[in-house]
Amino acid sequence: MEKKAERTIITVVGKDTVGIIAKVCTYLAENSINVLDISQTIVQDFFNMMMIVDMKKASKPFYQCAEELEQAGKEIGVAIKCQREEIFNKMHRI
Amino acid sequence: MINIWEVNETNKMIEQENLDVRTITLGISLLDCIDSDLKVLNENIYNKITRVSADLVETGAEIERKYGIPIVNKRISVTPIALVGQAACKTPEDFVTIAKTLDQAAKAVGVNFIGGYSALVSKGMTKGDEDLIRSIPQALSETERVCSSINVGSTKTGIDMDAVKLMGEIVLKTAELTREEDSLGCAKLVIFCNAPDDNPFMAGAFHGVTEADAIINVGVSGPGVVKKALERVRGEDFETLCETIKRTAFKITRVGQLVAQEASRKMKIPFGIIDLSLAPTPAVGDSVAGILEEIGLEYAGAPGTTAALALLNDQVKKGGIMASSYVGGLSGAFIPVSEDQGMIDAVEAGALTLEKLEAMTCVCSVGLDMIAIPGDVPASTISGIIADEMAIGMINQKTTAVRLIPVIGKQVGEVVEFGGLLGHAPIMPVNKYGCEAFISRSGRIPAPVHSFKN
Repeated sequence: MEKKAERTIITVVGKDTVGIIAKVCTYLAENSINVLDISQTIVQDFFNMMMIVDMKKASKPFYQCAEELEQAGKEIGVAIKCQREEIFNKMHRI
Repeated sequence: MINIWEVNETNKMIEQENLDVRTITLGISLLDCIDSDLKVLNENIYNKITRVSADLVETGAEIERKYGIPIVNKRISVTPIALVGQAACKTPEDFVTIAKTLDQAAKAVGVNFIGGYSALVSKGMTKGDEDLIRSIPQALSETERVCSSINVGSTKTGIDMDAVKLMGEIVLKTAELTREEDSLGCAKLVIFCNAPDDNPFMAGAFHGVTEADAIINVGVSGPGVVKKALERVRGEDFETLCETIKRTAFKITRVGQLVAQEASRKMKIPFGIIDLSLAPTPAVGDSVAGILEEIGLEYAGAPGTTAALALLNDQVKKGGIMASSYVGGLSGAFIPVSEDQGMIDAVEAGALTLEKLEAMTCVCSVGLDMIAIPGDVPASTISGIIADEMAIGMINQKTTAVRLIPVIGKQVGEVVEFGGLLGHAPIMPVNKYGCEAFISRSGRIPAPVHSFKN
């Protein structure tokens, strides 16, 4: 049986700069993480992005990806957070 | 599909408004550990607790990482030790050995508190119950993580006034034995009326005899989130106010429900209940008093406080009940003094007195909580305060509790510092007139009638 989708929300918040999306997407591609949706806004010069990704075929465990993405974010001065989608569904959907 | 605004709202609650899961509490039955040999009993207890809860702390940490939500405490509650220990313990000192075993087990598995050094004596005490109660001062002063609670009354049985009298003395003795740490031992001792079997919050948690072998109960929190939500509807009518509290309570509780189910699945231990409590911390913006002020009071304790708290408590329940199939424990707004910066400010401003706090406990969970009083208050006065609070619980069919800290060597106007989640507290004045003759009558207050509600 095929594994169930492991939908994860990645949020990126920080000062806008060149190459944020590229950096995140490169990491995701290298680790076989599939992007399902991206939305992005700029609020008062602050870059604010949310990605919905599927990690079922990811080459590394969830916790390692989360840590490495957080680290990658620090290098370019943005906060990157990975959370499983259920917490948002639970809170905002009946 | 989830959108960016919803994601941002959740993360803002976690990062800026102190949303967290306050505790995952694993309830463990120790009934199968009972033995008439004290050494064997202690071994059985240690082995069962460390076996059942081996993965508790790691499971909590894993869930934290997975959802990005802090889980502040991982704790254990056990069957009331008076029941477990009676066959083996012949003296209060024998009971103390069990307290030490609980403490060791808690340290071995890495939980910060273990509750259940308890006795249920709402109608009367056996010799074993009394021995356990008499062992409390020594047990709490010689252990670090053990919490004790005694149920001295219920709506069905009335109030055991012999136990109330004894508890006044025990509270004072515990204060004396822990005077070096500003009588901190009393912060780990709660006296209940109508104590729930499934409360996940310390210091009053124990694993009731009506419960299964092991169970996971979760306590949520989030006064800061409610306060922020109310800031956005400032000046609007009561309907809007209530609606906002309900919606927020729903969201907070859903997170607790998710964490509880996940912990239950991972540990293969059934999920018990969610406790829908607004539990404050001394952190700025994480205050129940702050919510009352946002509702429109200058300080907690001002006229209107009881009504505002009643409204808050009821809306939290209405919103929370929709979010979880199993709600239990203490569910309501907590009003501890030392753990809530807004309450401390209110006391220091002279807005909040012990008497007003007592009135507030009629409409919320749980009772007179974390209140520092002068250390020279007589034991009978402490018993009187306990009796008053128990009567409120008994007549109103609700849980009430008392956690008073008579700080030895300190007087009204001084401040006591407990540190961490326990916060700090100004010493509050106590009515100076006595009740010795009332407390010295022996026996019990009969159960109330359940009709003629006036």
